[in-house]
Amino acid sequence: MSGASITAEPPPRAAPPEPGGEGRSRYRAGALFLLPAFILLGVWLVYPTIYTIVRSFFGPAGYLGTWVGIDNYRTLFTTSTLVTAIKNSAIWVAVVPAFVTAFGLLFAVLTERISWAVGFKTIIFLPMAISAFATGVTWRILYQQNPDQGAINALGKTVSDAVTAPGVLSNALPSTTALQSKGGGLVLKTPLHPGGVALLGLTGIAPEDVPQGAQQAAKPSGQSGAIEGVVWKDFKPGGGKAGVVEQGEVGLPDVTVELRDSSNKVVQSAKTERNGSFRFTGLSPGTYNAGIGAATFAKPFGGYSWLGPKLITPAILIAYIWIWAGFAMVVIAAGLAAMPRDVLEAARTDGATEWQVFRRVTVPLLAPVLSVVFITMIINVLKVFDIVIALAPESTQANANVIALAMWRTSFSGFDFGTGSAIAVFLFLLVLPVLALNVRRFRRDA
Amino acid sequence: MAATETVRLPAPARRDPMSAKILRGVGKLPLQIFLAVVALLWLVPTIGLFITSILPASEITTSGWWKIFAHPSLATFSNYSALFHNAGLTQAMKTTAYIAVGNTLLVVIVAALAGYAFAWLEFPGRDWIFIGVIALLVVPLQMALIPMFRLYDSFGIGGTVLSVILFHAAFGLPFAIFLLRNFFIGIPKDILESARIDGASELWIFLRLILPLGLPAIASLAIFQFLWTWNDLIVSLTFNVQPITVWINGQMRQFSSSIDIIAPAAFLSLVVPLVIFFAFQRYFVQGLLAGSVK
Repeated sequence: MSGASITAEPPPRAAPPEPGGEGRSRYRAGALFLLPAFILLGVWLVYPTIYTIVRSFFGPAGYLGTWVGIDNYRTLFTTSTLVTAIKNSAIWVAVVPAFVTAFGLLFAVLTERISWAVGFKTIIFLPMAISAFATGVTWRILYQQNPDQGAINALGKTVSDAVTAPGVLSNALPSTTALQSKGGGLVLKTPLHPGGVALLGLTGIAPEDVPQGAQQAAKPSGQSGAIEGVVWKDFKPGGGKAGVVEQGEVGLPDVTVELRDSSNKVVQSAKTERNGSFRFTGLSPGTYNAGIGAATFAKPFGGYSWLGPKLITPAILIAYIWIWAGFAMVVIAAGLAAMPRDVLEAARTDGATEWQVFRRVTVPLLAPVLSVVFITMIINVLKVFDIVIALAPESTQANANVIALAMWRTSFSGFDFGTGSAIAVFLFLLVLPVLALNVRRFRRDA
Repeated sequence: MAATETVRLPAPARRDPMSAKILRGVGKLPLQIFLAVVALLWLVPTIGLFITSILPASEITTSGWWKIFAHPSLATFSNYSALFHNAGLTQAMKTTAYIAVGNTLLVVIVAALAGYAFAWLEFPGRDWIFIGVIALLVVPLQMALIPMFRLYDSFGIGGTVLSVILFHAAFGLPFAIFLLRNFFIGIPKDILESARIDGASELWIFLRLILPLGLPAIASLAIFQFLWTWNDLIVSLTFNVQPITVWINGQMRQFSSSIDIIAPAAFLSLVVPLVIFFAFQRYFVQGLLAGSVK
């Protein structure tokens, strides 16, 4: 506070204020200074609060409508869309404050040890300036299901392809009904005896999907004590005859063929040759089923449906934590900065490890700050609205519903002002105890 | 606000030999890498939105935005120039600016007057009234949507920028009054007393002493109010006013086919908050801490 701005001379006043009148003029000044605030607070906060509480006991339409008692509150807990909203809000409260506080603490403590802490904090804090609505739009682009468009599924595909490669023939289908699908693979319906022949014809393979080096398909003839067969592309230009190996049809190399005995145990497996042929030898008499393993048909990673009904709430939670972690970090970092350094140093001198210092000294000393962050986040989470509208597509908004959104939709899409008021009052009651805590703190500090 | 002014930690002033410094640096390498990865993860969404906004429509619908790193020549500003010629969007940007500026001015003026009264004027029940005002912080704005929707309707001001400004201002006031009152009360009493003895009116004291001295707190408040209203969706949506968030929301039904409009519009909507944030980061953080740590 510089002195320069306060040396300005007040305008000279000829008459000194008369004694006794000064106090009353001070009161009048107080009233005048407060008037605009009182008008705004009275008309926009106090009157509406009373009205909404009263309104919640009346029917859907009209200034008040018909008295319905607590029916609106009963509706709130029995209508499935509203119950979903309450459940989702409970999930939000259970997950978000804990994660936000944990991330904030982690980042605040770790950035103390790096030289580019300011840059790091700025980056983490940045989303706080952006609207929850724009954040929703941003993450909706990331969450698109097709791995070619949604960055998160693209990352998933990269990982998934590295762990389990997609099958060589992921789109192939059996060419005749002799092959049945079983456990993701295909199995020849009729059991075989040693000396038999297994013809495993496939179609639906695009020319570019045929494995390299494929040759004209073999025509197995059968051999005693063994089962011979061929896996081939049962299709040639013009069609050809299904189930028969013809000139111009290629064998499919590198396909894993499995032979199961009558108890469905895999007794042998083999890889096909370049002409698609395979052979199981040394078989004891009995019946066997030949088939192609499931790995051959493994589909490439198609992406998680983040915006679908099952994952939409977790998806929004992640985006929301992304916004608020910076808030927690900044508040906790300020708490850290105000912490007595000598206490930490003393603990270190006494031979405490960094983890012990963190667990036994830093966290207990920060407890008041951590609880402020936690409580603030509970309130924020209960009122969450914009990000759900922006992130959840119309089709899954009902699955992603939360209390504040349910209030809005009930009131301004459904125009049921009675139930809408009841939801608002319910929300009010939920934040009331939390904020009462805050007000007590305000009073203490004020 | 003692805690609020030391967000950055001073670097420990130790004098170590170079070798020790290097050793410590190497020891921190896993930490440095971890934090670098985190920072990158935090940047990706915003970068993704920006890149999406500069890709031609045909590219966005067939491939991901990251392909631009392989084909930088795809970048185009045609989406933006199309938007600037979109009357709906330019009108929405103007509406957003009117709401944000109007609300900020109104809240700052009204809250400064009230904050001064609560800090330095004496009248019966002052502190109880102040607590009552703070208690209004508990009211979620959802409590006022239905009654104000009806009231605006009967007074015929629904759908106007003013209706949204007044609503935001009222809900911004409890925190604003709290913030300013607590700052004003820290102004040395002697200054005010001597001005009063010199016969200055309360208005003069307010305009010439309190406002200039309270500028840091007023700046924090103004930034918060500006961002809060700039970013709002629910209030404008309820009262049928169309700032940029509501305008984009109207395009969201056909998300994938309108992405060449939605992405640049969303990015435009966050450019102003980002500029404000970078320009006034200190006040922003201070206001945040005043609201939560105090």
